Amino acid sequence: MPTPCDQTSPTRDETVHPPSADPFVGLRVAITGGTSGLGLALVREFLARGASVAFVARGRERVERVARDHPGSHGIVGDLSKKDDIYPIAMQMAGELGGLNVLINNASDLGPTPLALLGDTSCEDLERALATNVLGPFRLTKALLGALAASARDGRAAVVVNISSDAALNAYPRWGAYGASKAALHHLTCIWNEELAAEGVQFVSLDPGDMDTPMHALAVPDADPATLKSPEVAAREVTDAIRAVLPVRPAM
Amino acid sequence: MIAASQPTQRPPGAKLLVVDVGGCIHHTLRSAFTKLLRPGDLVVANDAATLPASLHGVHLPSGGAIEVRLAGRRSLHVDDIREFSALVFGAGDFHTRTETRAPPPLMAVGDRLALGPLSATIVRFLGHKRLVSLHFDGSPDEIWAGLARHGRPIQYAHISSPLALWDVWAPIAGRPAAFEPPSAGFILDWQTLAEMRAKGVDFATITHAAGISSTGSAELDLRLPFDEPYHIPETTILALRRARANRGRIVAVGTTVVRALEHAGRRGYIRPGESLATQRIGSGTRLRVVDAILTGTHEPGSSHYELLRAFADDATLRRVNIELESGGYRTHEFGDSLLIERMAKAATKAHREARATRLWRGLVRATA
Repeated sequence: MPTPCDQTSPTRDETVHPPSADPFVGLRVAITGGTSGLGLALVREFLARGASVAFVARGRERVERVARDHPGSHGIVGDLSKKDDIYPIAMQMAGELGGLNVLINNASDLGPTPLALLGDTSCEDLERALATNVLGPFRLTKALLGALAASARDGRAAVVVNISSDAALNAYPRWGAYGASKAALHHLTCIWNEELAAEGVQFVSLDPGDMDTPMHALAVPDADPATLKSPEVAAREVTDAIRAVLPVRPAM
Repeated sequence: MIAASQPTQRPPGAKLLVVDVGGCIHHTLRSAFTKLLRPGDLVVANDAATLPASLHGVHLPSGGAIEVRLAGRRSLHVDDIREFSALVFGAGDFHTRTETRAPPPLMAVGDRLALGPLSATIVRFLGHKRLVSLHFDGSPDEIWAGLARHGRPIQYAHISSPLALWDVWAPIAGRPAAFEPPSAGFILDWQTLAEMRAKGVDFATITHAAGISSTGSAELDLRLPFDEPYHIPETTILALRRARANRGRIVAVGTTVVRALEHAGRRGYIRPGESLATQRIGSGTRLRVVDAILTGTHEPGSSHYELLRAFADDATLRRVNIELESGGYRTHEFGDSLLIERMAKAATKAHREARATRLWRGLVRATA
């Protein structure tokens, strides 16, 4: 098992688990950016495994459509980059789920599109990337920390997954705004994890790899989809990585 | 006492007045709270987050402006969000003190209320023309979203700027269930929890739907506190049992924790799970679970103050009031704090130990 502060590039866990031991049944999971790409695949994966799922995204129409198409999910409209949206989002997540076990900070902003050299990146584009990729997850995590710590005290799972990128660790030209914001998020994840280990809240930084998602198409428009990972596969890898850090519960 | 007018949860220099078992009064800083605890003690706090329970809108039959303050709910269940007991005020806002707020328009059962994106119907009156039972339209998720977007925390006239949710959610706030903040818990930041752990002090929580502290009507205030649902996790029961076994003290953070634990322990044993606290705690109450309370400073006559009379006799509380006044302590939600250890009262040492043993046996039975 990787230590939570390696940035893990997960591979499929091939262990066969009996269904009765599935630790996801009844788990309360909140996902940001849940109406497309990896976020939507995560909504489906967690629902299929018996978890209760709340997701947030900016567009009301899309949120309502995804919630309608996925009975049992809780759709929340909100913008993670806006300070005033954070507590209303947190309240709906903790209220509708009746507490929280897993928070997945998945919503991300690419910075300038098309991608640009840092010298050509407007300050506003960098600010927006930082607001969505760093401040948003920090604020939301802080608002939900009480709910997560309560789960941990109760002997239940309390995990925050921050979706990272290899651009957080490598200096790819033209990925400056995104890469710098993801590097900051990755480092926050590591420090959260050190500071809250004693409270029983775990933090994981995960790099899902290059996926066939709307965001990737925006960044690399001419990429061959055949070379990209499907979000569904990435979502299963994320759930496997979460499973690896869940408290061990005996099968019922 | 002076009202604390800045919404700072942990102001530097916040004071703490301590009343020990012998009724002696000490003054210290609130930041010294952890130093007053002993290894083996258990601190129990209320981890309820505060709902944005103040909703402005219109009483549709009359067209009159109203403010609804949600005041109670039957259970903590996530889907039990359609029906609330609520106080209704007329036009105006928090800049006017609750006691002098305009009355609502003349209301009747069946009247519709438009509250931003939410609509509700008056189902019945709860023994007073301003206290009603409301039924909200829509699915639970729509109601949660409406409250989140349109609701504001209940505001206070002694605080000049409007309060946001982040002002009233303590660091440990979890499930949104309280109608006003369980503000004694503001003291507990993550650093304090770490210090307690390092010292061997145990920490546990309950979730208690703290109700409103003031109704604006003397007649209704006499009915406070209203019934409040609470939930006690099994791990908290185990922590209570551990503390008893170690002869540690059980320190309740806030009046709501006292009410929940004493309600749950009223028969001499205590079980995990959800229940509804209906009792009043006062000078005649025999405390069975809690040994000490950390709380804000409260005005004599309020239900919070009545609860303190279960911990200390009136002569001691009178001395406390004099010390609070002369010491410049600040009152209300963001004010200074009080730590009162349950006084020996008339009970002899032998009696107290017998009671502790009885309770401890009860805890063992309940959790075995």
